[in-house]
Amino acid sequence: MNKRVASLVLLASFGFTHSALAFCGFYVAKGDAKIFNKASQVALVRDGDRTVMTMANDFKGDPKEFAVVVPVPTVLKKGQIHIAEKALLDHLDAYSAPRLVEYFDENPCRVHEERMSMRDAAMTAQVSAPSAKMQANRGVTIEARYTVGEYDILILSAKESKGLETWLRENDYRIPAGASSVLESYIRQNMKFFVAKVNIKEQTKLGFNYLRPIQVAYESPKFMLPIRLGTVNASGPQDLLIYALTRNGRVETTNYRTVKLPSDVEIPVYVKDRFPSFYRDMFASQVRKEEMSAVFLEYAWDMGWCDPCAADPLSPKELRNLGVFWLEGGQDISSRGMMPQGTNVFITRLHVRYDRGHFPEDLVFQMTGDKENFQARYVLRHPYAGSIDCGMSDTYRESVRARREKEAKTLASLTGWSLVEIRKTARLGDPAVTPASQSQDKPWWEKIWQ
Amino acid sequence: MTTANSTYLSLVPPPRPLERAEKTRIPAVDPRVYQIGSLSLLLIYGMSHLGFDIKVPQAASTIVTALATQWLCSRLWRLPMFDPKSAMISALSLCLLFRSRSMALVILVTVITVASKFVLRWKGKHIFNPTNFGIVVMMILFDGVWVSPGQWGNVAFFAFLIACAGGLVVNRAARSDVTYAFAFFYSALLIGRSLYLHEPLTIPFHRLESGALLLFTFFMISDPRTTPSSRPGRILFAALVAAGAAYIQLRLFRTNGLLWSLALFSMSVPLIDWLLPGDRYEWNSLKRPLNHPLSAFRSTTNFVKEMS
Repeated sequence: MNKRVASLVLLASFGFTHSALAFCGFYVAKGDAKIFNKASQVALVRDGDRTVMTMANDFKGDPKEFAVVVPVPTVLKKGQIHIAEKALLDHLDAYSAPRLVEYFDENPCRVHEERMSMRDAAMTAQVSAPSAKMQANRGVTIEARYTVGEYDILILSAKESKGLETWLRENDYRIPAGASSVLESYIRQNMKFFVAKVNIKEQTKLGFNYLRPIQVAYESPKFMLPIRLGTVNASGPQDLLIYALTRNGRVETTNYRTVKLPSDVEIPVYVKDRFPSFYRDMFASQVRKEEMSAVFLEYAWDMGWCDPCAADPLSPKELRNLGVFWLEGGQDISSRGMMPQGTNVFITRLHVRYDRGHFPEDLVFQMTGDKENFQARYVLRHPYAGSIDCGMSDTYRESVRARREKEAKTLASLTGWSLVEIRKTARLGDPAVTPASQSQDKPWWEKIWQ
Repeated sequence: MTTANSTYLSLVPPPRPLERAEKTRIPAVDPRVYQIGSLSLLLIYGMSHLGFDIKVPQAASTIVTALATQWLCSRLWRLPMFDPKSAMISALSLCLLFRSRSMALVILVTVITVASKFVLRWKGKHIFNPTNFGIVVMMILFDGVWVSPGQWGNVAFFAFLIACAGGLVVNRAARSDVTYAFAFFYSALLIGRSLYLHEPLTIPFHRLESGALLLFTFFMISDPRTTPSSRPGRILFAALVAAGAAYIQLRLFRTNGLLWSLALFSMSVPLIDWLLPGDRYEWNSLKRPLNHPLSAFRSTTNFVKEMS
């Protein structure tokens, strides 16, 4: 049946980023403030052994109580740390988000586009303290101390976890019970610790009322995300969105299954008004189906274009701000204005819900040579609403009835929602919503000898 | 004994005592048939339940290309028989492991894999496991190919299934020692490292529950045509491959350490065989007196199997 794309309902970011940075660190609260870490966003730009990681958070609590501890493979110099604009990851999220598309049937007888206003990401890093102050204390060495943007950052190395734990406690970082056992294995792998707290003075001076994403650039064969620390004080499963940008193709996990989410399925049109809850429940249902042991692929696409577009692709300047360093070749690439169709930047959006029991290991990734596009896309098809004057009305009506029944079953199986409720909400069997209902007035015998 | 039997016996001489004894040692079916069955089941399960990134046309092309290459090479090397079993095993292994969006690369890896058995030989043995060789060569030469070690997941039931199916094959192929030795060394390395790092043991167990590891252990490293001839040699070989794989994965942080390590240490097998000599393995091998009436036929058959 002919279809016409009438409009696109695009829901970019919904519900998953209600808490803050947790994937590789833990929140350290002073007093008895309870901070739940349920969701995080990380962009990983990777080519060869070079990685630029952007860690975003949607932290809503008192900035004084925010802190993060991230194991990193090397001691980072001040130039390897950067503060990015939040809009960068918001745009990345919007561009790659699961999408709902809407079609209207044509008469059987015969974009909305949302543009994100993006602010240029400006580096406001200030380096205030000595770059490498060596201070041994309880086996903990402050390899470097920087103030970058609104953050006070320390790079620590440690000889043993108890010493590190004590040091962090003495320096007003409250460590959740059990952290030292996790810290120990990173120490023994000779990893360093990136520790950041908010510098309230700097934040006030800069005028931001939210915490901007921290970026770090490093060179290491390790293509992984340390998630184990984040599970230490978690009150339940957490969500993590990973945007991987590579030169050659899709990224997948090598120590967990990477599973494509169900896509390109038709669902009842009433979902238009409740897409966030549909997607949340569908995701939860898929997580259950995979016994919470898989990482889900939500989007894999060449960064040069999209179809349909949930948001415009990121500009070369935005990509460079994210750390896509191989775009540097053309010095004035951003001045060219237009992004060429088909670029050498490929984005993979992975979504994982994890806890300590199901994800005992840190996530390890590999870049594949796969450039096949994939998007989590859900389709609404509206029946034709006009009058049908030709003899196809009965056939069409029957096809729509069968289609709507199928859509209801699809929705039930994807989300675990009650089929009875879905049928009721979708008003299946209600003649008032059946297209071409006027044909029902025909005498019954008309069909017999047609 | 009845008359009818006498008539029969007059046509075919009764088996000699030696043959009767040998008959009990002959497996009911060529072990490779079991292996083809196991790999086929895994592939069907992987494609239908685990979403393996391979579609039917690619699988079909791989199988057809493998058989065609085997047939062509059999003609070129003037073999008296075309034996499809080994080519089928290679094709199914490629379907399970090798990933590419390019049909040309799929065909190329299949040709390289099957042809390598004919070309890369040392004293009648294959130097490399053919599938291992094909995949490693392609990973070196092309960007658009990959292996997904995570595709199997860690569901215990599935691990159990593979272990059983693989164990069956290994026992039939009578080279279970290399499998068990590798499983022992690799487990010891992973568990030992985690103990050293004070990691919880859930980490090494999670790594060991990998379907990719089981497939490698039971189906690939156990290939009797590439492993050393003597038992001590095979145990040494298993230890080397395990150490190499652990080093590549856990120290160099590169993926597919198992495949790289096997390819690397396969080249050491001639040296191991020289240091620790033993009898060469032959599928369904039977040691018969040279003057046995069937010896001529069997030597031809074994020659064909050597090329498989």
